[in-house]
Amino acid sequence: MDWANLTQQLINGLSLGAIYALIALGYTMVYGVLRFINFAHGDVFMIGAFAGLYVHRWLKPLFHWMPDFLSALIVLLLSMLICAVIGIVIEKLAYKPLRQRSRLTVLITAIGVSLLLSYGTQLVCGAAPKGFPQLIKNETLDLPGVVSMTTEQVVVLVVTVLLLISLRFIVQKTRMGLAMRALSNNPTAASLMGVNTDAVISFTFGLGSALAAAAGIFFAMLYQAIDPFMGILPGIKAFVAAVLGGIGNIAGAALGGVLIGLLETLVVGYSKNIGIPPGFRDAVAFVILILILMFKPAGLLGKSEREKV
Amino acid sequence: MSLPVSSLLRPLPLHSSSRTRFHGSLSTSSTAVLLAALLCGLVLSGCKKKDAAGNSNEIVIGEFAALTGATASFGQSAHNGVRMAIDEANANGGVLGKKLRLVTEDDQSKAGEAATVVRRMISRERPVAIIGEVASSRSLEAAPICQQNKIPMISPASTNPKVTKTGDYIFRVCFIDPFQGAVLAKFMLQRGWTKAAILTDVKQDYAVGLTDFFQDYFTKNGGTIVSEQSYSSGDKDFKAQLTSIRGTNPQAILVAGYYNEAGLIASQARELEIKVPLLGGDGWDSPSLVEVAGEAMEGNFFSNHFSSEDKSPAVQNFLAKYKAKYLLDPDAMGALAYDAAMLLLDAIKRAGTTESAALRDAIASTTGFPAVTGNITLDASRNASKAAVILQIQDGKFRFVETVAP
Amino acid sequence: MKPNIAHIALAAGLVASFALNAIAPQLDDYAVNILVLAGINIILAVSLNLVNGHTGQFSLGHAGFMAAGAYTSSIITLSLSPVLSTAPAWQGHVAFFGALLVGGVFAALCGFLVGVPSLRLRGDYLAIVTLGFGEIIRVVIQNTEALGGARGLEGIPPYTNLLWTFGIATVAIYVVASLVNSTYGRGFIAVRDDEIAAEAMGINTTKYKVTAFVVGAFFAGLAGGLYAHFISYIAPEGFNFLKSVDVVVMVILGGMGSTPGVAAAAVLLTLMNELLRDFEQYRMIVFALLLIVLMIIRPQGLLGNFQRRKRKPAQP
Repeated sequence: MDWANLTQQLINGLSLGAIYALIALGYTMVYGVLRFINFAHGDVFMIGAFAGLYVHRWLKPLFHWMPDFLSALIVLLLSMLICAVIGIVIEKLAYKPLRQRSRLTVLITAIGVSLLLSYGTQLVCGAAPKGFPQLIKNETLDLPGVVSMTTEQVVVLVVTVLLLISLRFIVQKTRMGLAMRALSNNPTAASLMGVNTDAVISFTFGLGSALAAAAGIFFAMLYQAIDPFMGILPGIKAFVAAVLGGIGNIAGAALGGVLIGLLETLVVGYSKNIGIPPGFRDAVAFVILILILMFKPAGLLGKSEREKV
Repeated sequence: MSLPVSSLLRPLPLHSSSRTRFHGSLSTSSTAVLLAALLCGLVLSGCKKKDAAGNSNEIVIGEFAALTGATASFGQSAHNGVRMAIDEANANGGVLGKKLRLVTEDDQSKAGEAATVVRRMISRERPVAIIGEVASSRSLEAAPICQQNKIPMISPASTNPKVTKTGDYIFRVCFIDPFQGAVLAKFMLQRGWTKAAILTDVKQDYAVGLTDFFQDYFTKNGGTIVSEQSYSSGDKDFKAQLTSIRGTNPQAILVAGYYNEAGLIASQARELEIKVPLLGGDGWDSPSLVEVAGEAMEGNFFSNHFSSEDKSPAVQNFLAKYKAKYLLDPDAMGALAYDAAMLLLDAIKRAGTTESAALRDAIASTTGFPAVTGNITLDASRNASKAAVILQIQDGKFRFVETVAP
Repeated sequence: MKPNIAHIALAAGLVASFALNAIAPQLDDYAVNILVLAGINIILAVSLNLVNGHTGQFSLGHAGFMAAGAYTSSIITLSLSPVLSTAPAWQGHVAFFGALLVGGVFAALCGFLVGVPSLRLRGDYLAIVTLGFGEIIRVVIQNTEALGGARGLEGIPPYTNLLWTFGIATVAIYVVASLVNSTYGRGFIAVRDDEIAAEAMGINTTKYKVTAFVVGAFFAGLAGGLYAHFISYIAPEGFNFLKSVDVVVMVILGGMGSTPGVAAAAVLLTLMNELLRDFEQYRMIVFALLLIVLMIIRPQGLLGNFQRRKRKPAQP
């Protein structure tokens, strides 16, 4: 066993997993309050990356005056803000009129929104992949053994952990978080107790979209190129992560994301040893999804729930 | 084509009762009615276009390319090259005393579209010959149609050997993957790099072909492949594969794929402190290669059809004209497409007619045609045999290293 | 049900296919091309409609079944082609029909595999699982050297003509319409409208769901075979998620659960694709907007006309 190789693969997998985790949170939160899969969430992730690209382009003259981490932070926060607004607008225009309709109707609308976002971006920005600027000076840090980690990977992991901690704070310690939990637990009771359902739903969409935007920026930072259809696969894999962890469960989404990121990387890295061609990478998440739905539909951390009549 | 749409909408009120659906057979029969109405409309609109072409004062040249979609950058370059050749010929009074008219169709970089647009072009315009495509997969869709209609097709840059095997009306002006794979293998061995790793884009037929032929030549001539990894175009994360490759200590890495991913692979390789050179094929040829990867690309090599640093008058002349016309530096696709069009025009002149069999024979007998990308002689399999160049990335530019003859 | 009228319609459709095929030589290639694509799209849309519209199981993996049928039938005709190239044309067509059927059966088998886990899943989950299945089929083909891998299969004999295309389209419409309109077929609609109530009424919902998947996949497989033997070249990229979305759009615009509506939408969208060729960039944006607006103001689809009952709000 080559430990250095394994450690390296784990580091690579962990940073990919962090991105899946951030996207998965959006799926899980929206599912928690509205009980539907926001199919367009992966495209919000893509918009986040594009927002980062353009914010960086517009503010470039200003960035000469400040250190790297500050300008990167500004790009990150502005993109998160932009996506939060987009998320809220999408909910108000497309999903809100459908609150009482069947899940299928909402799903189709979500597919429509997804297509609109990706083809709209293609129209505005072109289909060809675009290079993403280096937001922070990227250096390779040598760890013990022949393992290396880049500054970007460190930043992604640290910021993801910070975002997860603040999300936990919002959900557990604030009034808005309480309202979100109440709505998720029992919408009728929550609204009878004076919870402003619309405000909570908007807030949830905003929060989820902001996290997706952060994931988009991190993805673009690590992999340098972005295109209008980059959101489809990570979006679906993140959904699988949310299901794996137990949909509606915030800790579960984070766990599921990290697991999928790790598994995917290990399958590719050890494809020769386990006899699976690396091309099967994209199938990993789906196989997990099918297995989990067949054997433990509630997910790793979720509690099982019967569909009520 | 407005007819079918209007005929479409009319039969519908038949079903306006919401209960129709539950009274079964009615919907089946009315479907047939609907279908029939639709088809009549379509057929009528189709028939009208039967004799559109036939203007004897012009020669119609067809072209299909990916002007939009994921590989638009290749398609646009190719289109520029063809347009320049046609415009030039027209400025010099046309060919056989007739003006040339270029008809271009966009296949949107999508599967299935190439076949449709080529049929459309043939039905509507009846071009004397067709130039396209850069991508082998889309050339393979169009080739049987051109062959069946006996319209010569010249592909500027489809390097997959199967393309011209479709039939005797299908030609190309570029070298083929076996040759390119061998060139890269030969180059590596010459430099003493006998331990190579391979990273292939398994989603691209071109990349898989290149790898096969590289591997074949490389291992037969004393090289060893220490690691074989793959990815799919559209992937952004190559660290897992690169980490595995790093563990096997190769002396060089073949990255068979297109420039988008090659750029990402180069920068991720450098992040993982892989310091050996990366090598690629003509799919790397794009300014975006360096844009994405920046410094990480420095020192890497790729094989290509031509080099803008080539001092030959043909190349320099082409560069000057292209730059004046489009305010851009041409890439190999532009040059190859220009060559394809020029070779076609030369063949029309030699044939003295645009009649398809005569034109086909004239193209097939091309020998030593002085093209921008090297002198072209078409062999019995309708492939161009000519030299390849090896380029190295230095200071963000593609520097000419050497020419490798067939 | 009045079988006479249904059978007459079937016969009329088949005769029309023969007639169309007979005048095909008079048409230019492009018109034939559009007609064939329209016919293939009808098969795809009508078969997906059985799953998505009639049975209310949302599938996003139709392109995967299409790929299964396309590859299976192509492998068969390609391996037979050395024999068939010298045989009379009719023998080739017989072999082609056999290959199509085998492809359809194989796709149906895949449909069965998707149908089984779907027993436990509802609506949106199922959509993602089918999407996953479709992608897995594509990934497997892409990594299988015997199927040409990413390079695809070329030189597939072009047997597909208007007769095959519209003959099969007519049969697809007939089968789906008869299935749904029979007493047996009420079960599909019952499963869609209220699965739990259907179950309580003694309907074997499992059987209906799996039947819908198997029949839908079978015809998707035939459509794939027709496509492969028309274009002569197939590659896994042509059967990706966006191809499935194309078919879903046809079903939704045509009106889920309305066979004539969906067939008309398939033809309409094929034509629009050609008419709006110059506006390709905007086409999908218009469709996306149409989907969103339709779901808000007219969830039964643009051309469909059945009354979709309002459901109770989603249960918490």
